[in-house]
Amino acid sequence: MIGIVNYGAGNIFSLTSALQRLQLAYGMVDTEADLDKYSHIIIPGVGHAGTAMKKLEQTGLVEPLKKLRKPVLGICVGMQLLTRHSEEGDADMMNIFPLETKLFDKEKHIKIPHMGWNNVNFKNNLLFEGVENQTQFYFVHSYFIEYNPIFDIATVDYGVQFSAAIQKDNFYAVQFHPEKSGAAGERLLKNFSTITP
Amino acid sequence: MLSKRIIPCLDVKDGRTVKGVNFVDLKDAGDPVALAAQYAQQGADELVFLDITATHERRDTTIDMVKAVARELNIPFTIGGGISSVANAEALLNAGADKISINSAAVRNPALIEELAKAFGVQFVVLAVDTKYTGGKNLVHLNGGRLATELETETWIKQAEELGAGEILLTSMDHDGTKQGFDCSLLDKICRSINIPVIASGGAGTTAHFTEVFTQTAVDAALAASVFHFGEIAIPDLKQELNKHGIPVRL
Repeated sequence: MIGIVNYGAGNIFSLTSALQRLQLAYGMVDTEADLDKYSHIIIPGVGHAGTAMKKLEQTGLVEPLKKLRKPVLGICVGMQLLTRHSEEGDADMMNIFPLETKLFDKEKHIKIPHMGWNNVNFKNNLLFEGVENQTQFYFVHSYFIEYNPIFDIATVDYGVQFSAAIQKDNFYAVQFHPEKSGAAGERLLKNFSTITP
Repeated sequence: MLSKRIIPCLDVKDGRTVKGVNFVDLKDAGDPVALAAQYAQQGADELVFLDITATHERRDTTIDMVKAVARELNIPFTIGGGISSVANAEALLNAGADKISINSAAVRNPALIEELAKAFGVQFVVLAVDTKYTGGKNLVHLNGGRLATELETETWIKQAEELGAGEILLTSMDHDGTKQGFDCSLLDKICRSINIPVIASGGAGTTAHFTEVFTQTAVDAALAASVFHFGEIAIPDLKQELNKHGIPVRL
């Protein structure tokens, strides 16, 4: 069963709807004790990364989440929370991945936010099993996670090449929204639910 | 590469889709959920629902509709029409809308754009602008184009970007309904003056019009209603055609 970290950063109706369509059972994680109830944990998030981090800190879940050994999936701002630092609000994040979350550079002649469907170039990874390489996923964000070959499992190009997905041990994270990315996104959520620690 | 988006627009009233939608194999053309699912299956990249419900009392039906759509739809959607406060927008966000579009309320109270962007992020705030060429100028119009303002379209859009609009939905009232093509010269001018995504709207009649707007301007998406609803243009055919012209699309 999937536990969704419930820290008040944005709406999770789309995520829970996607899980329902996939007939994947889920519940909410409000406290440290709740983490034990679930086999898989999703950290969602939309909006401002600095603000989201503050909200997550208020729940007291930061340290317990960092200690987890079960599969964890960060989505969008939920991904950015797992990095070391975000330029959005100049905020320190959870530092599970020693990576920077940076603002897109408009001098590269790109529009910000990066909004829409973009091709994802992924490496062989359980998360993308059954998905064709270069499949498009739905992105909507103004900050991105720097490319680092050690953690990168999928890249995307938008002015720069950056990480669309990263992994470190049991921690997975995606910048796009699988719950809004059609059949491929649903497959990714399903894949995550079958990953064993 | 970031794909150009194709967006069907559906008018809804009291939680039902209105204006003759003519899908052959749809039992109930007024059911927004079935219609949305059909468009998603055809390869629409996103949907826009324009709520024309007149009375405030009936807005609950809109919330219920948004929830029903969000439960079934696996692509993003925007809802617009009658949103004039952060509370209105929050109810729609919590019901599962990915974005909201605001129009008249933002013209009357530009601070609303800033409030919404601060509360929910710029990615949530689409500014819809209805424009009409009047007296040698492109002027912002309200109430579906019936009411002219003195606001110049380009000036207003630039101001909205500064206030925190995350995307512009620009409808040319001169082209809307004519099926003679999008207003490429205005769209080009607007794209050059701002750095946020732009959705072209008004004038789509043929697939060539979509090719035209994507090759002649830097718009990110093109929106249409009747050509899709009446099956005059099938989305898979349109995307194949765009692809042939080297325009990046999601196939």
